[in-house]
Amino acid sequence: MATTERLQSGGVGDAVLRKEDRKFVTGEGRYVDDLKLPGMLHAAFVRSSFGHAKIKSIDASAALAMPGVHAVLTNATLPVETGVLSASNPGGDVRHPEQAILAKEFARYVGEPVAMVIADDRYLARDAADAVHVDYDPVPVVVDAEKALEPGAPLVHAEYDSNLAKTLEHVTDGFADVLAKAPNKISLRVVNQRLTPMPIETRGCIGDWSNSTGEVTLYTSTQVAHFVRTFVSIVCGTSEAKVRVVTPDVGGGFGAKLNTYREEFAICAASKVVGRPVKWIEDRTENAVATIHGRDQVQYYEAGVDDNGKILALKFDAVQNNGAYNQLLTPSISHLTLFMVPGCYDIQDVSITIRQAFTNTTPTDAYRGAGRPEATHGIERLMDAIADDLGIDAAEVRRRNFIKSDQFPYASATGLSYDSGDYQATLEVALELSGYAGFEERRAEAATRGKYRGIGLSTYVEVCGLAPSAVTAALGIGAPGWEHSTVRLHPTGKATVITGTSPHGQGHATSWSQITQTELGIPFDDVEVIHGDTAFQPYGLGTYGSRSLAVGGIALYRSLGKVREKARELAAHLLECSVDDLEWTGSSWQVKGSPDRAKTIQELAYAGWTSASLPEGIEPVLEATTFHDPPNFTFPFGTHVCEVEIDQATGRVEVVNYTAVDDCGNVVNPMIVDGQIHGGIIQGLGQALFEETVYSEDGHMLTPTLVEYLVPSAADVPPMTLHRTTTPSTSNPMGVKGIGEAGTIAASAAIVNAAVDALSVIGVRHLEMPMQPARIWNVMQEAKS
Amino acid sequence: MIPSTLEYTKATSLDEALAAVKAGARPLAGGMSLMPMMRLRLAAPGAVVDLGGVPELVGICEDGDEIAVGAMTTHRSVANDPLIRQHCHVVAQAAAGVGSMTIRNRGTIGGSLAHADPHGDLPAAILAAGGAVIVRGSGGERRIDVGDLITSYLTTSLAEDELITQVRLPKGAGQSAYAKFHRRAIDWSIVGVGVSIGANGVRAAAIGVGDRPMRLSAFESVLNGGGSLDDAIAQAGEGLSPLGDLDGSTEYKLHLVGVLAGQAHAEASSR
Repeated sequence: MATTERLQSGGVGDAVLRKEDRKFVTGEGRYVDDLKLPGMLHAAFVRSSFGHAKIKSIDASAALAMPGVHAVLTNATLPVETGVLSASNPGGDVRHPEQAILAKEFARYVGEPVAMVIADDRYLARDAADAVHVDYDPVPVVVDAEKALEPGAPLVHAEYDSNLAKTLEHVTDGFADVLAKAPNKISLRVVNQRLTPMPIETRGCIGDWSNSTGEVTLYTSTQVAHFVRTFVSIVCGTSEAKVRVVTPDVGGGFGAKLNTYREEFAICAASKVVGRPVKWIEDRTENAVATIHGRDQVQYYEAGVDDNGKILALKFDAVQNNGAYNQLLTPSISHLTLFMVPGCYDIQDVSITIRQAFTNTTPTDAYRGAGRPEATHGIERLMDAIADDLGIDAAEVRRRNFIKSDQFPYASATGLSYDSGDYQATLEVALELSGYAGFEERRAEAATRGKYRGIGLSTYVEVCGLAPSAVTAALGIGAPGWEHSTVRLHPTGKATVITGTSPHGQGHATSWSQITQTELGIPFDDVEVIHGDTAFQPYGLGTYGSRSLAVGGIALYRSLGKVREKARELAAHLLECSVDDLEWTGSSWQVKGSPDRAKTIQELAYAGWTSASLPEGIEPVLEATTFHDPPNFTFPFGTHVCEVEIDQATGRVEVVNYTAVDDCGNVVNPMIVDGQIHGGIIQGLGQALFEETVYSEDGHMLTPTLVEYLVPSAADVPPMTLHRTTTPSTSNPMGVKGIGEAGTIAASAAIVNAAVDALSVIGVRHLEMPMQPARIWNVMQEAKS
Repeated sequence: MIPSTLEYTKATSLDEALAAVKAGARPLAGGMSLMPMMRLRLAAPGAVVDLGGVPELVGICEDGDEIAVGAMTTHRSVANDPLIRQHCHVVAQAAAGVGSMTIRNRGTIGGSLAHADPHGDLPAAILAAGGAVIVRGSGGERRIDVGDLITSYLTTSLAEDELITQVRLPKGAGQSAYAKFHRRAIDWSIVGVGVSIGANGVRAAAIGVGDRPMRLSAFESVLNGGGSLDDAIAQAGEGLSPLGDLDGSTEYKLHLVGVLAGQAHAEASSR
């Protein structure tokens, strides 16, 4: 059943085509690499080829002798004040080792920048970087997080006595007793493998430093322009007021650009040194080692379960691989896992311990879902293990454990307040749509074709709308969670919307125009949305964590309301009546019951600008600004059902049917929501079937190109059936929740559960990701022997 | 792509191309292998000569009991050619499955053979069909059986100044088919097997199982000796020792050889 009907009126709820797509599909998008500044030079980085090595010396003489090479900068010569900053310190005692902008004494992962070359063009810069000779003295390496925490493991940072970055703990009162008394104990180890975010546009930036004024403009492909500005001012030692950060079009991020990176600081400092703009564009292989990775968490579940399959107590111990350093939010990602350990189930007794480890690998940080996919995948695997052990149907186990629809707002054992939900309703719809009841016939039919067929469920809840600022502060995040908007009406009745969100594929220009049309009556096509330039915006927090609509959209909604109310006072003045005599028609204020006595919003915009006659105490121009700090998170949820067939001869897993029933509250643009769900499911499918970032024991990256790191292609997209239920959020006046990550959060568990179900006929109980054919074939061989 | 500095020329005739190659230029066919290697700086030729402007290297025609295929003929043209589809289906089928449409529109049959990637599909298909290549260099023209062309990983028996000008496919290859296994549709094959069943018996060749395309001698001799397909499949991997890697273990790849040889044989028989 398609949820999308192409309606074109342009208001909230319409599947209007995206207004930003024309420029992208006609090649007129403008990305960082499209920008060319006068006198611009190009940078290339010399990166460590060792997982862990002492840097004995750097000889740049051959590079500097190449005509057209302007500078080779190292830690000793790069003019910066400090290293990379992290905004994350849950508990207040996280170990934050210094991450120098260019490696100082040691390189701690393959790809760590050691030196940078500035040259006339990009090709020469690369040649010269290859000519820089770095004398390394390799030292012992550890890449596996569990091994890194064993006594005697090589130390990633010699200044600490272990590789432990932080232990997150949360144990409810009386937990041990409840677990001890549970009649059944069910355990499971689950590995959430390391992934590479792989946006189509890699990172890149241009630094343009004026030595006469101290002003610097940084063009960068980021999700968080204002964070970058704040940190550039600190790292590079200039006033924040002198730093302008511009994000042109951004070709995807998936969390990888929710960060501030060494290269962004280095490029500003390099521009300061050479006195000319300097550009750096990351290539794809560089991206594989220089941009953050995601996931890499090993989980140990122990559930105390009654004989009906109800979880009484849940113990969760995990090890999170932080990589060699903490990036912007690294220690907070597994903190999000901690929050979502119980998932959509009514589990009040929990014991959660997450140990974060430093290793000789690229730092991990937010990747689509950021901590929640780890929690969801694990608990959804556990639910199936419980169903399997106790001989209860997988859907029935979930029904028995769900938080019930009358329990909202629901206080979770991890301290969250779930706003609204009806988990069983989405489950029942999904079971119906997917033909769950008739599955055994399909299993039997597939067996006649040499295929093991299985069906799997994933029922999820996630936390979106990051975040109430008081909560981010309490969680040790050194940044707030509000969002900004400005609505400005022009004399001609057109509107400019300035948003602090930072779209990189999400379609905010379209959705924000729809909200403006509905709330203010300005036609969709008359609305322009501006984002991504700190010179034009007050502070914005950016786009991540499915927050843009639930926080930024509400900031816009409130600004539109302010403009509408100001227009009302102006209309009352012009129509010579009281504001209470007026009613809003959707696009004008009119005297109640008198359509001939009305002022359209465009007329009022003009009147507000001319200011020929304003009511007492009202300033000219219809314009309003809002900084919206949400009172709570939002909690989207849903059920995904997957069917797979596994080839008995080769072990290939094929997704043959996929049904997703999601509930993200009220919907602004159903087509955009469908797109987010489609893309999210495919990204989850990538994790389940194809993707894994692999290091050798000695720290070398074995998956540095798209030949080894397999992202799903168009040919790998399964048939998908989407459907939605609507349970409005109670956290905001639009009743919206967020949908950017839901598909990814739900999909991997549905696919793996289906594969485990398929192989349950030969006694298989668990499978790890990615489920590549060779791995499945090995499992089948073992099961048969 | 950020290759190291290089000189680029585009030849407009075969003689011009041969002169450039003799002078040390690396021949550039469709660029589907050489360009990625240059991007990764695994290859850093000081000069390349683009063969894309040499008309005599493109085209497919009947020539006696063979089909002559110009070395610069694209995979897409090979895949769609009625002659090849009729007489040498294994080659058309392998060409149709190379990479993606964009790659098939640029990649060439001669480039695939000269590059000699042990995972390339075309060499196995042509070997199964019993094809050969015509090469030309300063010493003149000679013919090399495909089985003698590729000698090791990315290595051929071509002299430094020789270019493949033509691929010769036998019209008497009989019924034939190609089967391969890869993780995603656009990936290199992990293992691929071509089988032809002609007047002289069964020929089978595999890629992904060694440093070059390998004849499946045990599979062939079981079937040519009147044995059963099941026995042939069981012995298909005999004498092969593919390296284990992220795509699978030696044992798994040997298993795939049997599975794919069986599939290709069944498909060829039913054609």
